[in-house]
Amino acid sequence: MTKAISVSGLHKRFGRTPALDGLDLEVESGEVHGFLGPNGAGKSTTIRVLLGLLRGDSGAAQVLGRDPWRDAVEVHRRIAYVPGDVTLWRGLTGGEVIDLYGRLRGGLDAGRRAELVERFDLDPTRKGRTYSKGNRQKVALVAAFASDVDLLILDEPTSGLDPLMEAVFRRCVAEERERGRTVLLSSHVLGEVEELCDRVSIVRKGRTVERGSLAELRHLTRTGVSAELATVPEGLAALPGVHGLDVRGDRVRFQVDTDKLGAVLRVLGEAGVRSLTSAPPTLEELFLRHYRDDGPGGGPDGGGGTGGGLDRDGGGTGGRDDSDGLVDGPVAR
Amino acid sequence: MTAAAPLPAPLPRPGGTRLLPAGTGTLLRLALRRDRVTIPVWVAANALMVLSMPGTLESLYGTPAARAALVRQMEAAASLRAMTGPLFGDSPGALTAWRVGVYAALLAAAMSLLVVVRHTRDEEESGRQELTASGAVGRRAPLTAALLTAALANGLLALLVAAGLAGQGAAGAVALGLGVAGVGMVFATAAAVAAQLTESARLARGLTAAVLGAAFVLRAAGDSAAADGASVWTWLSPLGWVEHLRPFAGERWWVLALFAAAVLAQGTAAYLLAGRRDLGMSFLPTRPGPAAGRLGTAGALAWRLQRGALLGWGVGFLLAGAVYGGLTEGASGLVGDSERAREIVERMGGGTGLTDAFVATTTGMLGLVAALFAVASVLRLSGEESSGRAEPVLAASVGRVRWAAGHLAVAFGGAALLMVLAGAGFAAGYGRDVPGVLAACLVQVPAVWVIGGVAVLLYGALPRGASAAWAVAVAVLLLGWIGPALDLPSAVLDASPFAHLPKLPGEAMRWGPPAALTGLAALLTAAGLAALRRRDLAS
Repeated sequence: MTKAISVSGLHKRFGRTPALDGLDLEVESGEVHGFLGPNGAGKSTTIRVLLGLLRGDSGAAQVLGRDPWRDAVEVHRRIAYVPGDVTLWRGLTGGEVIDLYGRLRGGLDAGRRAELVERFDLDPTRKGRTYSKGNRQKVALVAAFASDVDLLILDEPTSGLDPLMEAVFRRCVAEERERGRTVLLSSHVLGEVEELCDRVSIVRKGRTVERGSLAELRHLTRTGVSAELATVPEGLAALPGVHGLDVRGDRVRFQVDTDKLGAVLRVLGEAGVRSLTSAPPTLEELFLRHYRDDGPGGGPDGGGGTGGGLDRDGGGTGGRDDSDGLVDGPVAR
Repeated sequence: MTAAAPLPAPLPRPGGTRLLPAGTGTLLRLALRRDRVTIPVWVAANALMVLSMPGTLESLYGTPAARAALVRQMEAAASLRAMTGPLFGDSPGALTAWRVGVYAALLAAAMSLLVVVRHTRDEEESGRQELTASGAVGRRAPLTAALLTAALANGLLALLVAAGLAGQGAAGAVALGLGVAGVGMVFATAAAVAAQLTESARLARGLTAAVLGAAFVLRAAGDSAAADGASVWTWLSPLGWVEHLRPFAGERWWVLALFAAAVLAQGTAAYLLAGRRDLGMSFLPTRPGPAAGRLGTAGALAWRLQRGALLGWGVGFLLAGAVYGGLTEGASGLVGDSERAREIVERMGGGTGLTDAFVATTTGMLGLVAALFAVASVLRLSGEESSGRAEPVLAASVGRVRWAAGHLAVAFGGAALLMVLAGAGFAAGYGRDVPGVLAACLVQVPAVWVIGGVAVLLYGALPRGASAAWAVAVAVLLLGWIGPALDLPSAVLDASPFAHLPKLPGEAMRWGPPAALTGLAALLTAAGLAALRRRDLAS
């Protein structure tokens, strides 16, 4: 497989404020890659560097095998970009803008353009000033999907879209993947990412803190387990990987590091399981874990939530409240 | 794995040539499409002003003797030269170049700087360029397209002037056309540099306009110092180069090289800067501001938003007043036929008595420029509304009138403050008759307010046509600067509120007109606010 995007050790500061602090990002050709992180983590800055709009201070970045700053024009012929907040010219119609962006890229597929205008239910004859936010977003999306390109860079592209249009968007991304195109999708709509993305990268404070397929990432987190047992085995709390054990009669609830799940289940099996539910971590939990500021001094969003059951480093068990709710999600299996 | 492997053959360039950055052609078409009304209006108004000159000047100075007298007069009267520049010949063509050359160049410069900033920094600031630049567009393509747009507009203007004045002498017509367009391009490239240095389009326009104002004042100072334009001050001003070309008076073609050098130098600087910086950024890093704010009212917000601009205008008015005050000294050393000199000044809109007439004319000019500030300041309301920034403010517990009042207080109070500053500068430069000079400045204020009131009414009643207030202000400006020379019927001249003001300090003060104009301004403002309360807010 070849890399559509390859970034390593990217740094960028604005004045004294560091925006990117050694960020890494690898996107394989033909995959849909989720790009996640809290507000201000550096997602949009990274994307602007990938588009050659900003120049990284240090580190390497390649897009489609080229330097995005030096070869910006060549690279851009094969890229379509959709920002999260599309601004249009007041006096130009949506149709004019779609054609303009197509012309500025590698070209526009007229048939696909017509089909997309239909599917996104967009009136291309209206002037830019009369479009709502969602409709401005559609203009950029139609232009991107109808463009003849290899890589789509989408920065929170569905902000302002209604659920119906969001479904259209998801189908379009799936089609893009089938056509062998690469998509970098920055989004906060977790269902969207979970449904569409092959792999994700999570960034925080300008660094990549996690990357891999969703399955891999899940593996690194804890699964919530709730079981009714014949007898509660001795030393359950002492088993490696078990956290926040709560015993009420013969019912136990705890979280377990997913890579220790098998060993723990064997212990439970020996004790006689009457019923068992286990909840795999959702993407949302992955997010919350990484979005939290888990620095030693307590983050800005500290308070009750910080000690959540997903802290892998397991620090501060004394203060942990196991009914935090993060793992007691509705997902049951 | 090598980097080159995954790249298929590059697609053909979409409509670009090897000479220009990729995408320039498409962006140029976009710019022309967006400016298809504004540029023709600017060019046509400018050309009309120039082309209507020979006829009227011939009717005013019909005989060779009258024209020769005018030439002698201009040689003698330093303060007259400060207004229009020296006169190098007595042909109708030379008179035309003398009377409107500088003003046509000023208009071309204003047009050019607006066009260039609109298609460069404006696009970046609004965020639109982020999406255009993600296409196959060279980093310098937006700048190239903007400069080409300005070049096309100035080229068209040069063509119209040259063709229209060809009857007066082909060489002179071409020289004047090229000179006017040359100044346009000098300021187009100056704006291109400013657009690289600032993060805000407003600041880029303001900086370039300040340079333009300085060029006008420099030329005035230089022309008043030397009868033949030989002063170094004139040479420092691109507006002075139009005179140095000497259209219709033994053209000095080598002066065109000055324009070319300036355009080339500034263009190169802009290109170097444009290729080196991040999109949307300037070279000055943004410093962090206070973590907590004290702004608590709509009025405080309006002041915070406008104080920087007002400061810039204020400094400009103080300096311009001081320079013109200094030039007034020279008016008393006048020799020759003062009767005719006074007539010339009268034709420029002044009153009686040469020094008094000069004071009246220059303060009147400053008043006309202050009207531009009033319009810019009132139209902040329009900008706030159409950008959507007004919406959350109005959604808070702020009524529309109170919201508007904050900006209008800056507009109307600021206009008055500008004239006070101009008066202070003038008094300092002139050093005599301080009350008279101050009065001459302050008497302009009601007329400035009327123009501001028109802007409020247009904004309130026709939000989408609010920028027509600029057309009103520029029309009044041209009526004041050029109208008297055109010998227009008094009904047309009287359309300007400035025409009704007593010409202080020469004339006796009449309280009626300023009071009536103040009332009219209040009426217009009230009507505009009433309309604003009734209409839908633009989104």
